[in-house]
Amino acid sequence: MSNIKKITKMQLFLPIFSMILVMLVNVIYDLASGNAPFGFFSISTQVTSSGNTILYGRLIDILNRGSEVAILAIGMTLVVSASAGTDISVGSVMSLSGGMCCMLLAGYGVTNVSEYACPLWVGIGAGILVAVICGLFNGFLVAYLNIQPMVATLILWSAGRAIGLLLCNSAIVYVRVPSFQFFGSYVGFLPTPILIAAICVLIMALLLKFTALGTFVQSVGINKKAARISGFNSAKIILMCYAICGLCAGIAGITATSRIYSADTNNIGLNMEMDAILAVALGGNSLGGGKFNLAGSIIGAYTIQAITTTLYALGVSSAQAPVFKAIVVILIVVIQAEPVRDYFKKMSAKKAAAKEA
Amino acid sequence: MKKLKISGNSILLIITVALFVVMYGAGCIVYANKGFTHLQTFLNILINNAGLLCVACGTTCVMLTGGIDISVGSVVAMDCMFLAVGMEEWGMKSPVLMLLVLVIGIVFGVVQGFCIAYLEIQPFIVTMAGLFFARGMTAVICTDQVSIVSDPLFVKLSNMKLNIPFNIGAYENKKGILQIPYVRITVVIALLVVLLIFLMLKYTKFGRSIYAVGGNSQSATLMGLDVRKTKMKTYVLASFLASIGGICYCLNTMCGTTTQATGLEMDAISSAVIGGTLLTGGVGNVGGSLVGVLINGTISTLVKSHGKLVSSWANIVTAILLCFFIVLQAILAKVKESKKA
Repeated sequence: MSNIKKITKMQLFLPIFSMILVMLVNVIYDLASGNAPFGFFSISTQVTSSGNTILYGRLIDILNRGSEVAILAIGMTLVVSASAGTDISVGSVMSLSGGMCCMLLAGYGVTNVSEYACPLWVGIGAGILVAVICGLFNGFLVAYLNIQPMVATLILWSAGRAIGLLLCNSAIVYVRVPSFQFFGSYVGFLPTPILIAAICVLIMALLLKFTALGTFVQSVGINKKAARISGFNSAKIILMCYAICGLCAGIAGITATSRIYSADTNNIGLNMEMDAILAVALGGNSLGGGKFNLAGSIIGAYTIQAITTTLYALGVSSAQAPVFKAIVVILIVVIQAEPVRDYFKKMSAKKAAAKEA
Repeated sequence: MKKLKISGNSILLIITVALFVVMYGAGCIVYANKGFTHLQTFLNILINNAGLLCVACGTTCVMLTGGIDISVGSVVAMDCMFLAVGMEEWGMKSPVLMLLVLVIGIVFGVVQGFCIAYLEIQPFIVTMAGLFFARGMTAVICTDQVSIVSDPLFVKLSNMKLNIPFNIGAYENKKGILQIPYVRITVVIALLVVLLIFLMLKYTKFGRSIYAVGGNSQSATLMGLDVRKTKMKTYVLASFLASIGGICYCLNTMCGTTTQATGLEMDAISSAVIGGTLLTGGVGNVGGSLVGVLINGTISTLVKSHGKLVSSWANIVTAILLCFFIVLQAILAKVKESKKA
């Protein structure tokens, strides 16, 4: 009994548990429909039309498609932890950075190119730079003007996508150059987005491990005033968190753009902020700020992608999928809710008392 | 001796009203030849934003308690789809459907309110789930675009023109036909909602307790107010008003699509913020939100009147305004704090 309690109290219990649950649903579905029972986990190789050998399988697909959310989740975790609020502008910023990148690569007003108008690194650099500036803008409003994070980021939520549209002259800009597609396709046999996400996570993990960044962020999140009094520059730390969040949005935006080798400003990163926030919540992090667990967020991100992929596999259309996502979210947060936990605690205490009597 | 005191919050409202007047006046001067000076242009802003106005009233109430409701846009979409499919495919009568929509709104609000008030889950997360759920349900009901044509009552309501009495603002068009300005029934509903909510916030016990809870929920509890009940009621009210807004929206568009009213919740929030409602709760008024909605409408009308600008400019201008007001609010709050100290 006590062992079970220990396990359920672990912070990573919830995300891992929901991941396992999703996998179970897949296995049951495979069994019911007469497929190979563990078809979900099988990874095979396939030869593409261009002659490359690539990995193929549902797990790979989830890892691949979930990369953007995972990258966003890194930044979002820091923002949530430090400022007890969410950055709802990341989806728009993704679209903006993609639009900026494609606009530079294709030239303003051109919608279809097969040659770069300027070097690739300039485009990508500018895209990411814009995203970082957006992050700094959000951070400035939150850290120095004490504006609620949701309101402060609401500005870019509505403006980001609109500016992206203006940059692309309200059209979809196609960049049909193989080297631009690299970030959304394959490196060797592995999808590049997986690699990009892995590198981002690794860098962040190393930063958290070998610097005091995590401690700084958490102490600011737990009590901003106390952190300032004990010598931290709270505002600067919050500003940095938002800048990192912007950087992550930029990287995710470039990846998403490269995947479809075009700047579809209206659709890139649409509702992505919701997925990112969900990933953080699913990872067992409190949205009220304070302590955070990066691993939880990352697992949460992939769990969300697993849910989405599973729903598609079950034949649910992409427009209907949100219903199930909503139910999952509500179930998870209700389980985590303080009053519900107290209720169950009381129930078990009553049972124990009845046993003794 | 009573001294007339202008607090920081009324300054915000005054600035908002002044901004609207200046903006509209500028439009009148620049686009005089495009009919901007006619009363009808102003009424069209109201007609186009009647749904948003209802929704914004609910959002304002929620924001007054210090919470947020981002599900309203999807609720509007779900209502429209439900009405459209109900009339066209299930062959139901529109009064029954409208009643059902209102009931759905209340049930939706009860579930959200319960999760927020009694289970103490963050409003943002709960209403985000509500957003997903309603948007998904829209697609579950039907994935195609459904236009409403068959219900005579609904079509009649939608086409009904209520002329302004005494021919105020009437003018003769180029062909010499007298054009009498008119509003749609949706505008009457929306303005009635604004008035009722305004009176409710000012004079009823429930309205006063909304301010008390938003101002400081701890002292509200100490005063003997049932904070949880107030919060729950507010979310029910917001969803109910969103449903009324959905009906208005549907009367305006006469169709149901899955992507309808995307981002409406953010329009409602930005209208409320521009209208002087603080997101921390306790300060604000639906009158301000009305002006906020009008400003939003004026911006898009100005962009449309220009003719050559892309519609995304409207978003950018609204965002800049939003930024301006948010920063202003923050500065006023800082000034207040330094005065206290």
